[in-house]
Amino acid sequence: MSTSESSSEDHGGEVKRRDFLYIAAGGFGALTAGSMVWPLIDNLNPAANVLALASVEVDLSKIEVGQSILAKWRGKPVFIRRRTAEEIEQAQAVPLDDLKDPQTDEERTEEGHEEWLVMVGICTHLGCVPQGTKVGENRGDYGGWFCPCHGSHYDTSGRIRKGPAPRNLEIPAYAFLDDTTIRIG
Amino acid sequence: MKKTATILASLVIATGLAAPALAASDKADPISPPGGWSFQGILGAHYDREAAQRGFQVYKEVCASCHGLNQVAFRTLEDIGFTEEEVKAIAADYFVPGDPDEFGDPTERPAIPADIKPDPYPNEEAAAFANNGAIPPDLSLIVKARAGGADYLYSLLTGYRDPTEEELAHMAEQGLAMPDTAYFNPYKAGQVIAMAPPLMEGIVEYAEGQPEATVEQMAYDVTTFLAWTAEPKLEERKEIGFRFMVLLFILCGLLFFSYRRVAKRVMDH
Amino acid sequence: MHPSRSFEPKNGFVKWFDQQLPILTVLHGALVAYPTPKNLNYWWSFGSLAGFMLAVQIVTGIILAMHYTPHVDYAFNSVEHIMRNVNYGWLIRYVHQNGASFFFIVVYIHIFRGLYYGSYKAPRELLWMLGLVIYLLMMATAFMGYVLPWGQMSFWAATVITNLFSAVPLVGDAIVTFLWGGFSVDNPTLNRFFSLHYVLPFVIAAVAILHIWALHIPGSNNPLGIEVKGPQDQIDFHPYHTAKDLFMLSVLLIVFMGVVFYAPNYLSHADNYIPADPLVTPAHITPDWYFLPFYAILRAVPDILFIEAKLAGVIAMFAAILLLFALPWLDKSPVRSGTFRPLFKQFYWLLVIDVIVLGFAGARPAEGAWLIAGQVGTVYYFVHFLVILPLLSRIEKTRPLPESISQSVLSKQASA
Repeated sequence: MSTSESSSEDHGGEVKRRDFLYIAAGGFGALTAGSMVWPLIDNLNPAANVLALASVEVDLSKIEVGQSILAKWRGKPVFIRRRTAEEIEQAQAVPLDDLKDPQTDEERTEEGHEEWLVMVGICTHLGCVPQGTKVGENRGDYGGWFCPCHGSHYDTSGRIRKGPAPRNLEIPAYAFLDDTTIRIG
Repeated sequence: MKKTATILASLVIATGLAAPALAASDKADPISPPGGWSFQGILGAHYDREAAQRGFQVYKEVCASCHGLNQVAFRTLEDIGFTEEEVKAIAADYFVPGDPDEFGDPTERPAIPADIKPDPYPNEEAAAFANNGAIPPDLSLIVKARAGGADYLYSLLTGYRDPTEEELAHMAEQGLAMPDTAYFNPYKAGQVIAMAPPLMEGIVEYAEGQPEATVEQMAYDVTTFLAWTAEPKLEERKEIGFRFMVLLFILCGLLFFSYRRVAKRVMDH
Repeated sequence: MHPSRSFEPKNGFVKWFDQQLPILTVLHGALVAYPTPKNLNYWWSFGSLAGFMLAVQIVTGIILAMHYTPHVDYAFNSVEHIMRNVNYGWLIRYVHQNGASFFFIVVYIHIFRGLYYGSYKAPRELLWMLGLVIYLLMMATAFMGYVLPWGQMSFWAATVITNLFSAVPLVGDAIVTFLWGGFSVDNPTLNRFFSLHYVLPFVIAAVAILHIWALHIPGSNNPLGIEVKGPQDQIDFHPYHTAKDLFMLSVLLIVFMGVVFYAPNYLSHADNYIPADPLVTPAHITPDWYFLPFYAILRAVPDILFIEAKLAGVIAMFAAILLLFALPWLDKSPVRSGTFRPLFKQFYWLLVIDVIVLGFAGARPAEGAWLIAGQVGTVYYFVHFLVILPLLSRIEKTRPLPESISQSVLSKQASA
């Protein structure tokens, strides 16, 4: 068996043609297998109905000054507070040196709409929902929000002031469609 | 095993001969529209966008009062060529249940593109009551849920007519009579249908520049639309399919020659 | 060039690993150095193809289960959610739906190959019976999978098939209530079917491993049906069969994916796109094509003596399958391959035609000519196995067998 085997190996052209054939078959085989694998992975990404709700529109017209509401966006709570003049002043007056995660209040609100504070309501520590949105809830030492899980205090601009949380409450991408409607996401 | 081919071939012929005798004959075979469907075939199969949009108009103005479309989110209408703004406007015409208000009472809000069109009836009982006991089926999947598919629906919509004497006699033979609350349609199984002829000349007015809204045109359009609602991924499927099949044919050829080469190498001595 | 008989890794890590857990040695023995008869034809590739189809069904099934909801209120809509919203959901679902059919096509060819070449005969009886166990498990799995989309056909298939058990005397109704977990096919039924549909394929995979194990003890049968005499009759599985099976796999994929992309609903029934309605039975209910011959047998049997037709039909249907377990002892002809059995060969093709006729009869309402065809077909099916095969093994004059496989291969090449 092996003698005639090695004699056919001696024909250089034969070997090259064969190698080319095998490489081509292997290449196309890999391409086919690869294209079959992709749908098996991509189906785990968010489906079209999930993506369709990736942005929501919120009507702000019913929120009184000093009131907050809780909106839901991508399955997460969003805090929307219509701040009082006092609260805005307080937030703007804080020197950056006092902050763990320095950010001015202007950076955290839309120009011309400073009254509105829109934040993802998830504590940057370990993902609890801080209190301070509903009436009567503990607003913490700085008049903003207080996370009951591990005692993080946020101010009236949603910045971390005391406690273990490393960063300020996250501001989602949002835009004012008109004076009383925003689109989040 | 060489005989296999001959035997299988004769079987195929035998079953082919037997087939006409098998066809259940209490309804007419559906017909295709002249020119066929844009979404047939292998290459370039697509839903005619203008027909599908006109079809949506027919659905909305004629069918929607009785038939739901409960698998189809408004947002997907963009797939047949409506713009985002148009879809928003279409959705906003409908009201869907909203969150409870501060008193805990149910509310309604205008639909958004992510919503599904609310059903015309709150429940099956209401649907049956409003339609002499016949529940109008949801149309989302109707083209796939009926043997004959798009041809069947087109035939049904254009096939209303009075029964001939012969047909009446045939029905009488089977102990059936035309009920007062139903209509004759040769394409429907049993040839009797509870739905009144839904399409008639002038029931829908198409926008300027569009073809005239004849019964055949409306049937063609609404069937195209409902073919899309039944199988929205058809274009993607056929296009990806074609590319994948080309790949497979090349691979198959390469593997055949590789196999022959291997066989020669290990067998021929 | 030829792989060595035993696995001898050069890499140090592989050597270390394999010494402690010789998985690679086992795989090498099964997929590389497994000695096969030199004369296997293309029909022998269908075992590998069946393994591939099982893998396809398991992989696509696991993914579908991530998006599917087994509840009567949501099942139908969740399948439509897969078809409309999930990325490539339509593709995965159509592959799984048609994959069941193609799994059966491949397995039926595999079974009929075994029937023609006498692969069930000693020393491979257990191999044959393990194959039948896989087949039975496949039927159960396919049936329960068909119920999951919760369309009209799903619901009524579940109702009709589970009602078969009501034919059991005395305890029939209790069994059916037990199967349903209620007084009709409902949410508890759907839930348990989903659970079993998920787990049974893994049982199939386990039995398939036993099936392959039992194959590797005596080695493969071959078209001549004679024993391997020595290494000159054999060839290693790799590269010859790996190349051949890969080619056959690509052929299978062309047909399979052709159906998936261009006629994905051809093999199924339009009524299953109507949500299940427990108050309305569709005009014609038929099982999927791969059950049709057995469905025809079920309906073919009339009252027999004191056994009423319903029970007799159920007995006949189960007997038709269980009969195959006794096949190695019904056909006692010492010659395996149909090639050398002129009479057997003719009856074999008659059986093939019979099963196809039964299939057509099963698809038609049980009345008129098709009922008679179903009854004649049923009688022939049992006569074939219970009368003809035992008789043939006594009276048939078989043709002379070749000396050896290698000789036969050589003479074929000479004549060609």
